[in-house]
Amino acid sequence: MNQWKNFSKGFIKENPVFVLLLGMCPTLGVTSSAINGLGMGLATTFVLLMSNIVVSLIKSLIPDKVRIPSFIVIIASFVTVVQLVMQAYLPSLYQSLGLFIPLIVVNCIVLGRAEAFASKNNLLTSAVDGLGIGLGFTFALVLLGGIREFLGSGKLFDFTIYSENYVTLLFVLAPGAFIVLGYLIAIINRIKKD
Amino acid sequence: MAKRESTFFNMVTTLFAVTFIAAAALGFVHDLTKEAIEMAKMKAQSEAIEKVLPVFEELGESFKVASAAGDSLEFFPAYSRGELVGVAVKTFTNKGFSGFISVMAGIDTEGNLFGYEVLEHAETPGLGSKMGVWFSNSEKPNQSVIGKNPRSHKLEVTKDGGEIDAITASTITSRAFLDALNRAFEAYYNTNQNQQLKTKKTTL
Repeated sequence: MNQWKNFSKGFIKENPVFVLLLGMCPTLGVTSSAINGLGMGLATTFVLLMSNIVVSLIKSLIPDKVRIPSFIVIIASFVTVVQLVMQAYLPSLYQSLGLFIPLIVVNCIVLGRAEAFASKNNLLTSAVDGLGIGLGFTFALVLLGGIREFLGSGKLFDFTIYSENYVTLLFVLAPGAFIVLGYLIAIINRIKKD
Repeated sequence: MAKRESTFFNMVTTLFAVTFIAAAALGFVHDLTKEAIEMAKMKAQSEAIEKVLPVFEELGESFKVASAAGDSLEFFPAYSRGELVGVAVKTFTNKGFSGFISVMAGIDTEGNLFGYEVLEHAETPGLGSKMGVWFSNSEKPNQSVIGKNPRSHKLEVTKDGGEIDAITASTITSRAFLDALNRAFEAYYNTNQNQQLKTKKTTL
């Protein structure tokens, strides 16, 4: 398979958020600002990349009947690594993402890629797939977070763009997440049609 | 390479190996990051103490004081040339819009609030998260809590008959924040009665 195609499919064609509609919980939960979306996306990308690599390396050693528990243990280990490292070196980001970091374990994108892709493909293809899907997820979260932050608190990456007096608070709250996500999915669908 | 069959022996050994390696790797990472995590926490705490108190030279030994509602609060007395300049109280509330909020409250020697810093919270960004600046706005005396204490002002939102203007559209967060402050003062008054807070530092 063409590696570039394999990598770039995560952005539009098979974007986990806009097209596959996976991992909705962290997507809606953390995207109240662009920086939160970026942190969450990169953390997930790291976990995806590492778990895809490990799963594709040991796929033939794992008996079929215990593959899911094995994958979950591998994913959970990498998530814990991310959590510890973030707590140690990026405490402020860790605080704002909070509960959503350990929840990467149950993010269906990660297990989905391990089960549907990495357990059937070789090391390089799996690593490229993990990176592509992960960055596609990051792209979606930053876009969603950026739009919500801009409309809801008049800032972008914490820089004030316009006065707080004109913001539409709805967008940093949960309903705003659904509204923005809906419009983005519509736009992506339109782009895909061409 | 042929796939290993799902025999009982293979399954047990595989799961054991996977969990064993994962546990070993995590133990290793935990060891690596343990110190850095401790330091990051200490740093956040001491920065908060410096922000909420007048300039001081050294911190005394911290101690814990029981509060009326369960968990005890940690007190950090600060001294300059052996004289007490204030005490920082790490207080909390569980009544936030998203539960737990932790606040560092600085109380000066006259018993007034000198400053505060929100340490931990999960309030709504753009609404409740404004509490970090809202209650210290010196241009708006009705919403600021600086220089006040529960004996001079009723530290409750105006809606509940208090003297503090709540954050617009975030009454629950405002109530929770003031609850944390009142808890700090309550514990502070109890300590003063027990004279645990010495005005002079004994060990110099």
